[in-house]
Amino acid sequence: MGEMDTLKKEADGLKAQIEAARKAVNDTTMAAVASGVAAAPRVQLKNRKTLKGHLAKIYGLHWSADNRHMVSASQDGKLLIWDTYTGNKVYAIPLKSSWVMSCSMAPSGNLVASGGLDNMCTVVNIKAASPKTLRELDAHEGYLSHSRFLSDTELLTASGDTTCCLWDLETGKQKVIYKSHVGDCMCLAVSPDQNTFISGACDSTAKLWDIRDGGCKQTFIGHTSDINAIAFYPSGTAVITGSDDCTLKMYDLRADQEVNGYQDAALNAGVTSVSLSSSGRLIFAGYDNFNCNIWDSLKAEKVGVLSGHDNRVSCIGVPDDGLGVCTGSWDSFLKIWN
Amino acid sequence: MLVVGIRLEACQPDSLGQVFPQDSIRLDFKSLTSGVEAKMSSKMPSSNNIAQARRTVQQLRIEASIERIKVSKASADLMHYCGEHAKYDPLLMGIPASENPFKDKKPCTIL
Repeated sequence: MGEMDTLKKEADGLKAQIEAARKAVNDTTMAAVASGVAAAPRVQLKNRKTLKGHLAKIYGLHWSADNRHMVSASQDGKLLIWDTYTGNKVYAIPLKSSWVMSCSMAPSGNLVASGGLDNMCTVVNIKAASPKTLRELDAHEGYLSHSRFLSDTELLTASGDTTCCLWDLETGKQKVIYKSHVGDCMCLAVSPDQNTFISGACDSTAKLWDIRDGGCKQTFIGHTSDINAIAFYPSGTAVITGSDDCTLKMYDLRADQEVNGYQDAALNAGVTSVSLSSSGRLIFAGYDNFNCNIWDSLKAEKVGVLSGHDNRVSCIGVPDDGLGVCTGSWDSFLKIWN
Repeated sequence: MLVVGIRLEACQPDSLGQVFPQDSIRLDFKSLTSGVEAKMSSKMPSSNNIAQARRTVQQLRIEASIERIKVSKASADLMHYCGEHAKYDPLLMGIPASENPFKDKKPCTIL
C-alpha cells in the first residue's frame, strides 16, 4: 500500500473512532432534559433607538466593554463610534478601503479594528488627539472576515485564506497562525476565560483552538453549509453556530458534539449573525430574510422576533451587561431593542 | 484562488442623490478554494498532498484522544447555568422604564 492509501485508511479509522466515542456519550437529548424547565416568557422587545448615519450596507457592529459605546462598519467607507444612550456619533473614521466586512473594539475602548476585501486589518487609536492609524496588519492572503481584541496588544483575526491569526500589536507581526480549516474562515469568538477561541468556516465546521499554542483541540461537524456566525455560551462550555443551511446549532465542548438544533421548516433563509442574552437562555439570530428570530436555547423553540429592518440583518450584538440587543442591517440602520 | 461571484442589483440614489457603487454589487465573496482542494486530492499523490494527509491524520489523532462527558450531564449543567443566571438577565426579566438607558425619556411638565 502506498503511503497515501495508508494515511487515508488511518484517517477513516480515526473518524469512525471519533463518531463512535461521540455516540457512546449521547445518552439523551437536550430537548428531553429541558422538557421539565419552564418555558421562557414570550419575549417582546421594543425598538428603543434607531441609529442613523451610515449611507450604505452595514457589515459589522461591536459593543464596547463599557456597555454604552459601539463601533459599526459600513461599505460607505466609514467606521462610526456611537454613544448608544444618546444616539450621537462620537467619532467617524474614514477607511482606506470601503470594502469592509467586520469591525471590533478593544476592551479598553482605546482601539478599533476593521478589515475586509483589502486582506488587511487596520487598527486605529480613537483616543489619540484625532483618530490615528496604529497598525496595518498585512499578512493574510485572503479577505478579513472577523477580528476580536484580546487586549490593546493582541488581536485575533479570521480570514478567507482559511486561517486565523493572533497578532502582536506592538510589532505588527503575526504571533500564532491557526491552520486547519479547509474553507474560508467567516467568524470567531473568544472564550470567557480567554484561553481558547472558536472559529466557523465555509467548510461547514467549527473548530476550537488553544490561543497560545495554536493547536486545534476539537472540530464540530453537522452543518451542511457555511458557518457565518459563532458565539460562546456565557458558561464557556458550549458554542452556538449559525449557518447558510438556515439552522443554528449548539455544540457542547465537553460532550464534543451537537446537543441542540434550532430550525424551522418555514425558515429558508441563511443565518448571518448570532448573539446571546447574558444568561444564555435567549439566542438572537439574524437572517437573510430581514428578520431576527429569538430562540429559547434550552427548549429550541422560537420565542420572539425582531422585525423592522428593510434588508438583511448582517450583524447582532448584546453588550456585556445584557441590557439590550443591537441589530445592524444592509438597510444602513442600527436598531437597539429591549 | 479567490473567485468572486458578482451580481448587479438595482442601484438607487439616496436622499442626497448619492450613489455608492458598492451598494449595487452584491458580492458573494466566499472563495471557491474548497472546491479546488477537493479536485487536487483526486490527482496522483504529490509530496504536498502527502504532507497534507499526514497533518490531517495527526489532527484526527489529537481529536480522537479527548475525554468526553455524557450529553445528559452536559445538558444538565447548561440548564443549571441558565437557571442560576436567569434572574440577572435583563432581556428575560424585563427592564423597568426608570432603569432603561435606551428608553427615550420624555420631559415632564410640572403644571
